[in-house]
This record gives sequence, structure tokens and C-alpha cells, in this order.
Amino acid sequence: MYAVRLWSVRHSRLMERSYRLLESTLLALAPLLARIGHARLEKPFAWSERQLKGLLFDCQMCGQCALSSTGMSCSMNCPKNLRNGPCGGVRANGHCEVKPEMKCVWVAAWEGAQAMGGGMAILDVQRPVDHSLKGTSSWLRVVREKATAMPQPAKAATS
Amino acid sequence: MTLDRLYDPGAPLPRLPGHVSDGRLERVLRSGRFAVTAELNPPDSADPREVYDRALVLSEVCDAINATDASGANTHMSSVGICSLLTRAGYAVVMQISCRDRNRIAIQGDVLGAAAMGVGNILCLTGDGVQAGDQPGAKPVFDLDSMTLLQTIRLMRDKQQFLSGRKITVPPRVFLGAAANPFAPPYDYRPLHLAKKVAAGADFIQTQYCFDVPLLRRFMDKVRDQGLHEKVFIIVGVGPLASAKTARWMRAHVPGVHIPDAVISRLEGAQNQKQEGKRLCIDLIQEIRDIAGVAGVHVMAYRQEEYVSEIISESGIMKNRQPRRPVKERIAS
Repeated sequence: MYAVRLWSVRHSRLMERSYRLLESTLLALAPLLARIGHARLEKPFAWSERQLKGLLFDCQMCGQCALSSTGMSCSMNCPKNLRNGPCGGVRANGHCEVKPEMKCVWVAAWEGAQAMGGGMAILDVQRPVDHSLKGTSSWLRVVREKATAMPQPAKAATS
Repeated sequence: MTLDRLYDPGAPLPRLPGHVSDGRLERVLRSGRFAVTAELNPPDSADPREVYDRALVLSEVCDAINATDASGANTHMSSVGICSLLTRAGYAVVMQISCRDRNRIAIQGDVLGAAAMGVGNILCLTGDGVQAGDQPGAKPVFDLDSMTLLQTIRLMRDKQQFLSGRKITVPPRVFLGAAANPFAPPYDYRPLHLAKKVAAGADFIQTQYCFDVPLLRRFMDKVRDQGLHEKVFIIVGVGPLASAKTARWMRAHVPGVHIPDAVISRLEGAQNQKQEGKRLCIDLIQEIRDIAGVAGVHVMAYRQEEYVSEIISESGIMKNRQPRRPVKERIAS
């Protein structure tokens, strides 16, 4: 929902903290998750992610969440799906070129990023979207990747 | 005239060390000269003469001609098609690629094809939304964005591979451009966004129309603070406004164009608005030229090509410089 989405960006610092907590919890549970089997967990994980992130961020389930690099403003809500910052069409009032009634996702992102501890990740160049991951759980993928890459909990939240 | 002579101008210039392309624009910029590029308005026609007629007017006064890719989301002759015509006649072109209409498979193929035809410069754009053009019912693609498009072509050029990792035997030698709009919010983020484009691979920048020099100055201050003007060539967009009415229309309908009220009043107060629009453009060019870190101007004169040459010669930016004229056109004239 648009209003909730804007609220989440206004509280990007809180969202960032909650995400770190969630990530460290999931990383602690990583061995258990691996035992249950990632394939078996994919559906319930994707379902809960869709519900929660759908409510808070209008998540589009791209499967490669970049919220921590976008000031907690989901960039897949940009009508041009821009992952790397605003286009040149942003209106003088900070609204979207394509949907004039909507605040530009990236204007919001820049505000959100400035309030966050690790918000300057907005300056990192994001890779092209992998459309084959659409609909899959970003959380499960990140936990799986991080748990294999490094045994100790990571510092920066990625999803 | 032999066939060899005819094809001569299209042949690549001798390769220079440290250059990523074999084109003229990179040479002009790297040699520290003030570059001039101009936009060609693509025809709604299948007649190549319409392209050549427009190019001839522009080539007299600029270092490279931009071939737009359905700008404003309006269908016209494609940038690939225009570049094919222009490169075979020896013109230096900047091929624009918008992410709106094609996915990564099509775009990477076009990049190879363009380089094979002799295109030396590619401008990576996100593209205006389909709602802005004549076919609002079209499906917007936006598979890549301008940033990932830059990354992709740089990967092809420097690492000799496609996004998939597959090998390219002969890489495209292209000078990579990107757009910037210092005149749209969030203003304080725009210089950082430029830094991001440089990090993604931009060699040169062509900006949106500038009608607000103080805003450009503030942007350029931030650009110089980051040392970006030494990493990327910044070419500022300018263009004549035909009348106050046109200015108002552009401000309301062309995405990303910012025209201050003072500009509109200046046009309104003039006896001959068209002449005043031209004068205003020359004044802007002269002010912009003096801003530290600006490497050139990009003239966009929608439906006013006949003015481009007057604007450029009267502004004095091409003084002491004779742009190369393609042999084929010398023969024709």
C-alpha cells in the first residue's frame, strides 16, 4: 500500500535495524534450514516474504532484494524498474514522470538512505536484474549464500 | 572519384594509445578542445535523403551527430538505421540506445552491429516512459537501466564478453556516453548519481537542456569537488526555443525539461520570439562555456535545424576549427 510504503521509507532506520536482526537470526538458523532443505522451504519462505514485504514496501518479489541499497524504498515500484537511481524525468515536485500522482521512488530512496546507518550503499552500482529469480525468496537465497561464504554473521544486511 | 576515395572517410582513423574508440569525438575531447555535438531529428520516412539532408546541415558545425532512439517515446526512423546511413557516408555519430524498447539480448546485438558499421560513440539512456509518446499502449521493456547498460557495453568492450560471460572475438571499440539531468530532483543527489555513472563506465556525459545556468553552476561545483570533471567529459545540452508558447508546452510535456519563468518572460517580451529564442541559446552557450569542467555543448534544435549552424557560428565556439566534411557530401554538393 502506497501510504505504508512511504511510512516504511520515513522509518528507514528502524527498518534497517529490523532487517539486521532478522538476518542474524536467519543466519544463526542456517544449519537448521539446510537440514530441512532449501527446496522444501522455498514456498513457505517466499509466501511469508510476499506478505510481509508486500505490506511494508509494496514488494514486487524480484527475488534479489536491494532495499538496503535503496533507502528502503523498493525500486521495483519505479515504472521503469530502475535499480540505480532516478531517471531524468522526475517532476519539479519530486513526483514520477510516468505516474504523476506517485512520489518518485528514488526521491524517497535518497531521503531514506540519508537516515540509515549504511544508507550510502545507494551509491553502489547494482547489476542488471536477473528476471529468472522473480517470485523466489530473496531471504532464503541470501542466507544460503552468506552461510556458505562466511560462517560468522555478516555486518551489512543485504536484503 | 574512385570507389576507394568514396569509402575513405568511413574508414576508421588511426588508432591512438589510451583511446577506447577510433572516433573523432573522443579525439576532440581528449585533446582539450571544446566539443560540439548536435541532435539529428529522425524522419518519419523511409527516404535516406531526408537523413542526409539534415546531417549535411549539422555536420558543418559539429564534431558528432546524435542519432536519437525514439526520443520522447515517439516512433521515428531508428537510431541503428540512421547510424547505418550516416557511417557509410563518413559522418561521426553518437548512437543513442534507450532501454525502453529492447531487452539485453537485442541491445547487445545492436552494439556489435553498430561498432561493425563504424559507430564510435554510444549514448546509454534509460528512455522516456511510453506515456510521453504517440503510442502509450506500448509495452515498456526496461530490462536494463542506463547504469546497467553502461556496465554491459563496457564489459563487452573491455572484457570482450557478453553479460552471459560468452566470449566476443572482436570487441566493439566505442566511446561510452550517458545522460545527466542536473535540473530535476533530487538536486543534491544528482552529482552523486553522475559519479555512479562514471563508475559504471561513462566516458562522456550529455546533459538535458540547460535553461538555468545558476543551477548548472551549483551542480558543476559539486562535480568538481568530487574531481569528476577529470574523469568524464561533460557536454551540456542547449537548444533554441521557438516561442514562449513552445517553452510552456515543453515544460509541461517533455519529461525532465526545466525552464525558469524568467526565460519565458524574456521570450514573451521580445518583438520576434524566434530570433530571441536563438539569441537566448547563444547567450546560454557563452555562459556555459566559461564554467570550469564543461567540455562542450550538445545542441538540440527540434524542428529548427536551420538555426543550429547560425547558433554555433555566432556563439564563436567553433572558432579556428573546421570540422571534417565527409567526402561523399563534397561530391554531392
